[in-house]
Amino acid sequence: MFSALANPARFMAFSRWAAPILALVAAGLIGAGLWLGLNAPPDYQQGDTVKIMFIHVPAAWVAMMAFACLGGASFISLVFRHALADAAARAVAPLGAAFTGVALVTGSLWGRPMWGAWWVWGDARLVSVLVLFLLFLGYLALRASIDDEAKGARAAEILALVGLVNLPIIHYSVQWWNTLHQGESVMRAGGSALAPVYLTPLLLAGAGYSAAFGALWLARIRSEVWRRRATSLALRAALA
Amino acid sequence: MTEHLFSAGKYAAYVWPAYGASVLGFAWMIIDTLARARSWRRKVDRLEADRARET
Amino acid sequence: MTVLMVLIRRELSLAWARGGGALLAVGFFVAAAVMLPLSLGPAPARLAAVSAGVTWVVLSLASLLSLDRMFERDFDDGALDLLALGPLPLEVVAAVKCLAQWTVSGAPLSIAAPVVAVALGARPEAAPMIFVAAALGGLAFAFLGGTGAALALASRRGGVLIAVIVLPLLTPPVIFGGAAISNFADRLPWITAVSLLAAYALACVALTPFAMAGACRNAQS
Repeated sequence: MFSALANPARFMAFSRWAAPILALVAAGLIGAGLWLGLNAPPDYQQGDTVKIMFIHVPAAWVAMMAFACLGGASFISLVFRHALADAAARAVAPLGAAFTGVALVTGSLWGRPMWGAWWVWGDARLVSVLVLFLLFLGYLALRASIDDEAKGARAAEILALVGLVNLPIIHYSVQWWNTLHQGESVMRAGGSALAPVYLTPLLLAGAGYSAAFGALWLARIRSEVWRRRATSLALRAALA
Repeated sequence: MTEHLFSAGKYAAYVWPAYGASVLGFAWMIIDTLARARSWRRKVDRLEADRARET
Repeated sequence: MTVLMVLIRRELSLAWARGGGALLAVGFFVAAAVMLPLSLGPAPARLAAVSAGVTWVVLSLASLLSLDRMFERDFDDGALDLLALGPLPLEVVAAVKCLAQWTVSGAPLSIAAPVVAVALGARPEAAPMIFVAAALGGLAFAFLGGTGAALALASRRGGVLIAVIVLPLLTPPVIFGGAAISNFADRLPWITAVSLLAAYALACVALTPFAMAGACRNAQS
């Protein structure tokens, strides 16, 4: 019990400062990125909808990153039985679902004026983000439905790893499906052809979103560590 | 320099809701995270104070 | 080897008895397919356009039906504990369970699928490919579904939870199988789609037993 707390203690000391600093960095980067982005001239093809790109594409990036973090933390927790890794996996899933949801809503609002439809199945990236959202929901549902904490953690880890192995295949299969049913001309965004006036704010916002994700993740892991301490203290008080 | 700031032309009806949705998403994440952290931290403090009183 | 044979025979008869076995899956499949013309209208052209795709989707749903009793029954009566202590590794037990599940629901469904698809208006030439895709896809559905069933074991509430876990994972086989059927029907190259489906099904057979065994050990602990 106390040896398990040794590492979390070091983590708590570190994250106490790292989380607010990361949050400040995130606010600065997102502020700078959006300032430049909102000042950007309308794109000759997309018009002013290009301004949605600066918030949609970073959210989709972070959503993918969050699933990779979920899989990585689950792997560490499963193999090395590290308590903090399980706390990290548990903490990252709601954030990943939220970023995925933001990416879906903004993508839909981007698609409406560009494609004339709220949702176009012809865009492979949008569809794989949707499947990603469903994977996060499945993880959260499994975790929420198991009362026994240790068993819930282990089952969720196995599911996260199965999902992590599957995710590249899902991504590839959706892309392949998309080329198969080619019809709509899909807009190209985030490619290397992007002009610097759009690329700079996009990269700034992407870095800012990643920092915000990091800050929120650290804060949620801290919250999870406190939750566990409170549970074990309450148990000890009940047994005494 | 700022001639295009906050100008969304005919696409304003899509651009601003997208920004609004993002703000809502971030607001939920920040509030939920901080509220959880605060409530668990208070609980730990209270339980530790209880234990200190008993011993 | 005889131990394995005994296990296979046991799992087959259990799977057959479990919730009506083949009858239940095929019954659900046919009943759901009947809903299609009732909701879309009887116009043959409209039905024919979606028949193969809808058959494929309903098939994937039908294969989720009897999953929740797959491990739960043995878990409840302690047979899973005995199997874990037995001579065969739990990974093999899980694989045999999935194969039995496929034999009693996947195989009859793959025979029913071409009939239903053609009845809905798919071209009869597509029937062989629908059979092959349903048989291969059913293998992937059974093993991924078994993974979901084993993971839900610790929660004591299977059913919908298994579907929510498993359905997003079914994206690749649904895409590959759907492409194989529609390409074959349209006389387009279909080898790639079938090979991808077969590769995915075999990967599921090879890899998911480890996840299932891990999930069972976790639920038992």
